[in-house]
Amino acid sequence: MSPTLHAVIAFLQTWWVELVSGVVIVAVVPLITGYMVLMERKLMADMQARLGPMRVGPHGLLQPIADAVKLLIKEDIIPDDADKMVFWLAPVVSMTAALTAMAGIAFGPAFEVARDINVGLLFIVGVSSLGLFGIVLGGWASNSHYSIMGALRSTAQLVSYETAAGLALVSGLLMAGTLNIRAIVDAQYSSGVWFGFLTPVAFFIYAVASIAETNRAPFDLPEAESELVAGYMTEYSGFRWACYFLGEYANMIVVGAVATTLFLGGWLRPFPRVHWLNWLDAVPALFTAAVGVYCALRAGKQPVRVQVWFMWAVALACFAVALILAVPLAVAPLKFMVPGLNGAFWFLLKITGYIYLFMWLRFTLPRYRFDQLMHLGWYILIPLAIVNVLAVGVAMILEMEYGWNRWLALIVTTILTLATALFLLRLNDKRAAAATSAVPPEGPATEDSYAG
Amino acid sequence: MQDDAAQKQTLLGADELVLNMGPQHPSTHGVLRVKLKLDGERVRGTECVIGYLHRGVEKIAENRTYQQFAPYVDRMDYVAAVSNGLGYCEAVEKLLNVEAPPRAKVIRTIMTELQRIASHLVWLGTHALDIGALTPLFYCMREREEILKIFEKYCGARLTTHAFRIGGLQYEAYDSFEKDVERFCKDFERRIQEYVDLLTGNSIWIGRTRNVGVLNAADCIALGASGPILRASGVKWDLRKAQPYAAYDQYKFEIPVGTNGDTYDRYMVRMEEMRQSRLICLQAIENIPAGPILGKVGKVLKPPAGEIYHSIEAPKGILGYYIVSDGTTQPYRVHIRPPSFVNLQALDKMARGHLVADVVAIIGTLDIVLGEVDR
Repeated sequence: MSPTLHAVIAFLQTWWVELVSGVVIVAVVPLITGYMVLMERKLMADMQARLGPMRVGPHGLLQPIADAVKLLIKEDIIPDDADKMVFWLAPVVSMTAALTAMAGIAFGPAFEVARDINVGLLFIVGVSSLGLFGIVLGGWASNSHYSIMGALRSTAQLVSYETAAGLALVSGLLMAGTLNIRAIVDAQYSSGVWFGFLTPVAFFIYAVASIAETNRAPFDLPEAESELVAGYMTEYSGFRWACYFLGEYANMIVVGAVATTLFLGGWLRPFPRVHWLNWLDAVPALFTAAVGVYCALRAGKQPVRVQVWFMWAVALACFAVALILAVPLAVAPLKFMVPGLNGAFWFLLKITGYIYLFMWLRFTLPRYRFDQLMHLGWYILIPLAIVNVLAVGVAMILEMEYGWNRWLALIVTTILTLATALFLLRLNDKRAAAATSAVPPEGPATEDSYAG
Repeated sequence: MQDDAAQKQTLLGADELVLNMGPQHPSTHGVLRVKLKLDGERVRGTECVIGYLHRGVEKIAENRTYQQFAPYVDRMDYVAAVSNGLGYCEAVEKLLNVEAPPRAKVIRTIMTELQRIASHLVWLGTHALDIGALTPLFYCMREREEILKIFEKYCGARLTTHAFRIGGLQYEAYDSFEKDVERFCKDFERRIQEYVDLLTGNSIWIGRTRNVGVLNAADCIALGASGPILRASGVKWDLRKAQPYAAYDQYKFEIPVGTNGDTYDRYMVRMEEMRQSRLICLQAIENIPAGPILGKVGKVLKPPAGEIYHSIEAPKGILGYYIVSDGTTQPYRVHIRPPSFVNLQALDKMARGHLVADVVAIIGTLDIVLGEVDR
């Protein structure tokens, strides 16, 4: 072999994973986002006794493509009084932040752009918070009342809930002892149990705060459709609007990935150290194959020939993926690929479950009012997160210094935290009762919701 | 000096922010425009601008015969067209001094009560949507669809039905009318439980509606608010009991009342009204008297000169018709007292001191239809 070829192979060996991951993030995430929207609409339709998108492609499977094309060719409107530069910049900032944050995420042990950075989790959280600038600037640049109110709400909300989410992450990080993504997952492997079970309170706080951070219902006040029309996005249309949208859904993937990494065992399969459950390694291949079989069975029932072909194409794609997942299991020389491929499968499955939870809540719950949202953040979640950090710290000391069983220590601290939560809730009820009876119809504001 | 005092009222000495809500806005239920004076997000005052849907219904009446005008009233409160028609037909009957036959009265009652349920379902769905719950709307529309199917089978139209005629009914009830109504009522008991499960005990829902938009009994009466809004404030006033019309005196039903007069009470009152309407329908289909469906009215209606006021309990409140006749085939003047228009007055009183999000909840709980506000 020529030295050039050797050099190319050597180069690919060093870089191919990062290259593939990077391309996936920039090129495929928009597509994935589109299909997340389709999934959301389909789930919503299912829960609301209707069908959802059905026209474009079989069961509306091509709807995201049609939507993207529509958004791309739409007229690009910039309001006359807008600050044109900032108006242009804001959605880009929002989207860039969300996509950059993805660089820090490890989709399985093998797929990560920024491999092994020491501050992995901090990088993700920090960079994704920068998306806030996009929202604030966009709301301000639009020069519209609805936009600026949406932007203000967004700022207050994100800053408050970022705090709660950060403190919840600290609880998990205390147990991992590191910020490195890979080391966090390894710590969960060696402890044999996901941190979400060891600190359920922290996981719960992070779940709630991450819904608020991504502006999802019931915390979707910045873009509350029925109040502020579309919040900070009111004046945006076409591709700029799509950028915001993309950033928002990419952010959902990011928070899902963070929660999965820290609380749900990352790319580990369920019960990673229980050896008689090793057959679970075959689940990814079997699952994709089952989806393929389902599509193949449904293909005959499609009304239009194009739809039949499409269904077959989906089925074949599923079979191909199943094959890729199955071959390394069977062929000994390729065994080294198993953890990487299966890890990616489990990781994506967990993120999907987490996002499904988001969507389910959106279809079920009414929206909080702004002051209620701030109360929940500052009077319940943040104190609870602080108490939980202390409790987890105490549990770690009990375990290390006094040799307590890890589970025993954590059960005790969790009960303590829950008691605090109940106390806070009662306190909050009393305050709410006092506040509502004290507000005279025309009196001055008793509290400033933006103060936080 | 006065300006200084006004400035100090607002936070940081900043000016009030005037926010135009509507006429194109997702939750002003049509083309209502509300000018909100805001201090931050706190509402310091509201001003309603109406008239975007004004079609001059009352003036049109002066150029139409009595029968010709009947379809126009369907276009006022278009989510409760049957109730509008009932009020108008009964008013003209009163002017003519004729009475609808008993069979017509009972069928009118059934139709009107079904319409009440349908109207409340639209209210519930949109109100919940305004507060951010997406799903109840579709459940409500699913049930409303069954009612509209009954209307369609009865008179061919679903929304603006023109179901009744002056003096009785134009159409005989179709063959399986009773069966359809009974099936709907039987089903509806289970369905209403679904809304209760989604909303009634939900702490976010309670937080968004309790103590929001409080209107006490004295305020209600002073502002002329009627219907569920008045009853939620604890006043037991329902024209179906107070001045029975159609066949309401034959049936047993309760008038639900609230205590606080807040949005949550109005929600509870309307939910209970749907259950009571269901009971009225069930009682009515038990025994629909046989006989003619149209009373003794001529082809050309020439009421004697005079005036008449007749009001009914429409789903949204008291709907009144004031008709002046000069003895010709066309009314000299028709004035309509639409419940939505009068209830909308309460918006400013209810919204002051609340947040922007509450304004949306309050507009929803007032249950206005702009077709009726503007006429």
